[in-house]
Amino acid sequence: MDCQECHKRPATLHFTQVVNGEKRQIHVCEECAKEKGYLTYPEDSYTFEDLLSGLFNYKFDMVGNHVSSSPQQQREELQCPQCHLTFSKFRRMGKFGCATCYTTFADKLDPVFRRVHSGNTVHHGKIPKRKSKHLHVKKEIELLQKELNELIQKEAFEQAADVRDQIHALKKQKLEASDPKEGDGE
Amino acid sequence: MNLEHFIDEAVSPWMHEEGPDSDIVLSSRIRLARNFTNTTFPIIAKEEELEHILEFFKEHYATRSFQQYKDFEFIPINDLSRIEKRLLVEKHLISPYMIKHVRPSAVMISKNEQVSIMVNEEDHIRLQMYLPGFQLEETLQRANELDDWLEEHIDYAFDEKRGYLTSCPTNVGTGMRASVMMHLPALVLTRQINHMIPAINQVGLVVRGIYGEGSEAIGNLFQVSNQITLGKSESDIVEDLGSIVQQLIKQEKRARATLVEQTGMRLEDKVFRSYGTLKYSRILESKEAARCLSNVRLGIDLQMIKGISGQILNELMILTQPGFLQKYAERILTPQERDILRAELIRERLNMEEK
Repeated sequence: MDCQECHKRPATLHFTQVVNGEKRQIHVCEECAKEKGYLTYPEDSYTFEDLLSGLFNYKFDMVGNHVSSSPQQQREELQCPQCHLTFSKFRRMGKFGCATCYTTFADKLDPVFRRVHSGNTVHHGKIPKRKSKHLHVKKEIELLQKELNELIQKEAFEQAADVRDQIHALKKQKLEASDPKEGDGE
Repeated sequence: MNLEHFIDEAVSPWMHEEGPDSDIVLSSRIRLARNFTNTTFPIIAKEEELEHILEFFKEHYATRSFQQYKDFEFIPINDLSRIEKRLLVEKHLISPYMIKHVRPSAVMISKNEQVSIMVNEEDHIRLQMYLPGFQLEETLQRANELDDWLEEHIDYAFDEKRGYLTSCPTNVGTGMRASVMMHLPALVLTRQINHMIPAINQVGLVVRGIYGEGSEAIGNLFQVSNQITLGKSESDIVEDLGSIVQQLIKQEKRARATLVEQTGMRLEDKVFRSYGTLKYSRILESKEAARCLSNVRLGIDLQMIKGISGQILNELMILTQPGFLQKYAERILTPQERDILRAELIRERLNMEEK
C-alpha cells in the first residue's frame, strides 16, 4: 500500500484517527507521518523542559504576587559569567550550560531539584578522588574551629593556641594541595 | 556476508556469558555522567571546544587498556556512515542523542564491548559498563573503577552540595543511571505487570519497554532504572533497584509456574506456534518477530523447547533491527524487504542451532 499523503513511498504506519467521534483510517510513510505531526519521537515528547518551565513560571507568579521583587529587579537578567547562558534560556532549554551555572542560578535551583529528585537537594554519594583529600581537610578544619571556639569560651587559652596552630597547618596543607599543578585535566 | 561471522559482529562478546538469573535478567548496566570543570557543556559549546575535548581523549585514553578492558577503540561519530551509526545505537553502545545532534563527538569502546565511553554527548562524558545477568553491585564497582581511571587525567565538575554537575538537572548528584534489562513474559501474559509498573514508579524507579514506544514493551523486554540521582548514594540506589528487581524475578517465576499449572497445553501451544512461525515464515514484521522470539525464549526457559540456546532472544532482537538487516544486506532496504530478510535470517539462525 502506498502512503496516502505522498503516494510515492510505501505506507509503513497504519492507525485510526478519531476526530469528534469520526473514525478515519490513516496509512502513511514515516516521513509524511513526521511532517503531518502524527509521529513524535520519545526524545521530542520528553516533557521535562515543559515541566521545568512550568515550575519556574509558577514560582515567578508567586514572587509577582508578593511585593518583594521590584520591576527593576525582574528586568535585570541573571546571566552565567562563564558560559553566558541567561536564566530565561536555561528555563527554555531545561539544561545547564556549564558547571558555573549551578552557582550563578544557585538561589533558584532548590525547587527544581526538589521536584525532580523527590525532595532531595543535597548530594550524598561519591566524591571525586581529586576532591576527597581536599574535602576531608576542610571537614577537619571545621571541627577544629568549633573546638577552638569552645576552648576560648572556657578561657583555656593554652589549649586554644595549640588548636589554632593545627588549623593553620591544615590550611597551609590545603593550599598546597590545591596547587594548580594537579589541575592539568584541561 | 556469512551469517556466523555476521552474528559475531552483531552480538557483543560479553553477551555470550551467562550471568546470575539470566533466565529473566538479560543484562545489568551502570551509566555515569561526568563533565570537565571550567569547560562549557557540549550543548552550548563551540565546535573548537568540542574538538579540543576529542583530542584530549585521543591522547590520553585511545588504544589504552583498563584492567581486563583491552584496546579502547576511539571512534569519531562523524566518520561513520548512517548504517554504522545505527548499528552502534542498536547495540546500545551509543545513544540516539549522538546521531540526532551532529556535533564533534566520539565513542570509545573496549574490545569486548562491555565498556563504552561517549564523549560530547549531552555531557562531556557518559561512561557505560555492561555485565550479563543480574549483577548490579559488581557492575557499579567496575564502573566506579573505570571512573577513577578516567579521573586520573580529568578534573571533574563537582560541587560539594550538588555532587557531580551535569547538563540536565535530572542527572545531577551521582550522575548515575543504573538499569537492568528484564524479560517478563509471564507478568505480561497474566497482566500483572500493569499493576506493578505504577507501584514501582512510586518508589523513584522507572519501568519502560526497551524496544517500542510509550508503555508498549516489544518482546516483553523491560528496562528498570533509577529516576532519582540526587540525595542518595550510588550503593543505596543500586540496593533499592536491586530489591525491586528481585521482587520482579520472584513474581515472574511465580507467574510462570501458575501459567504452566493452569494453562499447560495452551501455553505449550502458544510457544510452539511461535516457534513454527519463526522457523517457517517468509515475511516477518519486527513486532511479530519480537513476540514470537519472546514466546520461544519462554519455552526454552520452561524446557518445553530443548536444544536451543536461550541467547537466541537477545541475539535475534538485536540482529533483526533495521540497521543490522541493512548491514547484512549491505544496502538500504524498504520495509517490505526488511520483513523478508528478517524472516530469512531468523530461519537460518534456527537452522544453525539445530545442526
